[in-house]
Amino acid sequence: MIANWIDACAAGDIENEDVIRFDHEGQTFAIYRTEDDRYFATAGLCTHEAVHLSSGLVMGTIIECPKHNGRFDFTSGKAKGAPVCVDLRTFPVKVEDDRVYVQIDA
Amino acid sequence: MPATARDYSLIGRDARLAEENGFAAAEWYSCSIPRKELKELMKRSDGPALRDTALWVSCLVLSAAGGVFFWGTWWAVPFFVVYGVLYGSSSDSRWHETGHGTAFKTRWMNDILYYVASFMILREPTVWRWSHTRHHTDTIIVGRDPEIAVPRPPDGIGLILNIFALKSTCHTLKGLFLHASGRLTKEEETFIPEMERQKVYLVARIYLLIFAIVAVASFQLQTILPAMLIGLPTLYGGFMAIFFGLTQHTGLAEDVLDHRLNTRTVYMNPIFRFLYWNMNYHIEHHMFPMVPYHALPRLHALVKDDCPPPYPSTLAAYREIIPTVLKQMRDPSYFVVRRLPGGTTAAPYNHGSIIKIAERNTGRAS
Repeated sequence: MIANWIDACAAGDIENEDVIRFDHEGQTFAIYRTEDDRYFATAGLCTHEAVHLSSGLVMGTIIECPKHNGRFDFTSGKAKGAPVCVDLRTFPVKVEDDRVYVQIDA
Repeated sequence: MPATARDYSLIGRDARLAEENGFAAAEWYSCSIPRKELKELMKRSDGPALRDTALWVSCLVLSAAGGVFFWGTWWAVPFFVVYGVLYGSSSDSRWHETGHGTAFKTRWMNDILYYVASFMILREPTVWRWSHTRHHTDTIIVGRDPEIAVPRPPDGIGLILNIFALKSTCHTLKGLFLHASGRLTKEEETFIPEMERQKVYLVARIYLLIFAIVAVASFQLQTILPAMLIGLPTLYGGFMAIFFGLTQHTGLAEDVLDHRLNTRTVYMNPIFRFLYWNMNYHIEHHMFPMVPYHALPRLHALVKDDCPPPYPSTLAAYREIIPTVLKQMRDPSYFVVRRLPGGTTAAPYNHGSIIKIAERNTGRAS
């Protein structure tokens, strides 16, 4: 399996303590920026009912799903309790020249 | 649950049809709000809920103290009415808001109030967390939503019994004994995941233990006073829960993918809004469940032009609900059609035409 670094967005496209959606080759991702300017990426859909997490609320390192308020730690993908029971997949992220890259398996 | 013109069971004919018709876990209409404003509205804080909970608990303690002090005289009655409403009715909205995790910013505060309020309203916390999750996924979708309070044709006797939570309490007690024995109903198995089930069984046993302790205390002390404080208020104080709760969806469309068509927003006075924690802004709550109760009036101001006109009062809502329920007893196909604002581009949007498949199977027209 080849790991590709995909140019997802400009670093400034994401506000502090927020999330945006990024779609690539039929897959959807959520890219996060923390209050202290760290970037993370996870699968874009909630593991509970496939709702886009990019419409959710970021609180610290927690993303809350907009539909049923299920919470994940987006730095680890860990589900934080009902109604989410399955962890989120996470993806490596790097920032170079003010661009955010996500490492996606090809 | 026996089949009616529509089959409201979660494992029956209409459950299958809902999936076939694309109603299960479908995409719903959502009013457009700039992300920046929505983020501001979704922001959590502990302050409003701490203040409201302190006031609520103080009123509970004072009214209970008054009831105990005047026990044996008529003066105890108003104190127990107040205590009953705070315990058996306003616990509904506390259960609801903390179930969403939006009342407090701090998670453990939500969790504590969730478990306490669940006990007060006599709902099993894990069962109802999952049932309410489904209610938000498939709001008033027949065969999918376990929380359709008034199926068609309406059960008039059941509604009257529930003024004092009698039908719902019988249902819950039956469930408690079942769950305490380590079992779920077939319907509950459709929405409670395996990993959550041990919690259901444990809490059912704890509930039954508490009721047993209250019963023994009442017997030992030769007075129902302990039960008047724990347990019975769910019944004698439950009338405001149904009074508020029936305004949410009763008589409106089934099987639509737009909360503006199956949900009411009703203007209420400040006392009602305190007791009900702003759940009168119910379209707004369903459309944006991440917005805490204290921000719902601000959310309402942002979306109201894209919604049908709100009901000006609870009385106005009941002027529609009561005749509608009476009519539905004779004609289960009848429902209130809410007019959407002109020029709105509601997509995805469905006004119920798809349910004709289900109706054709039962030979009933809409």
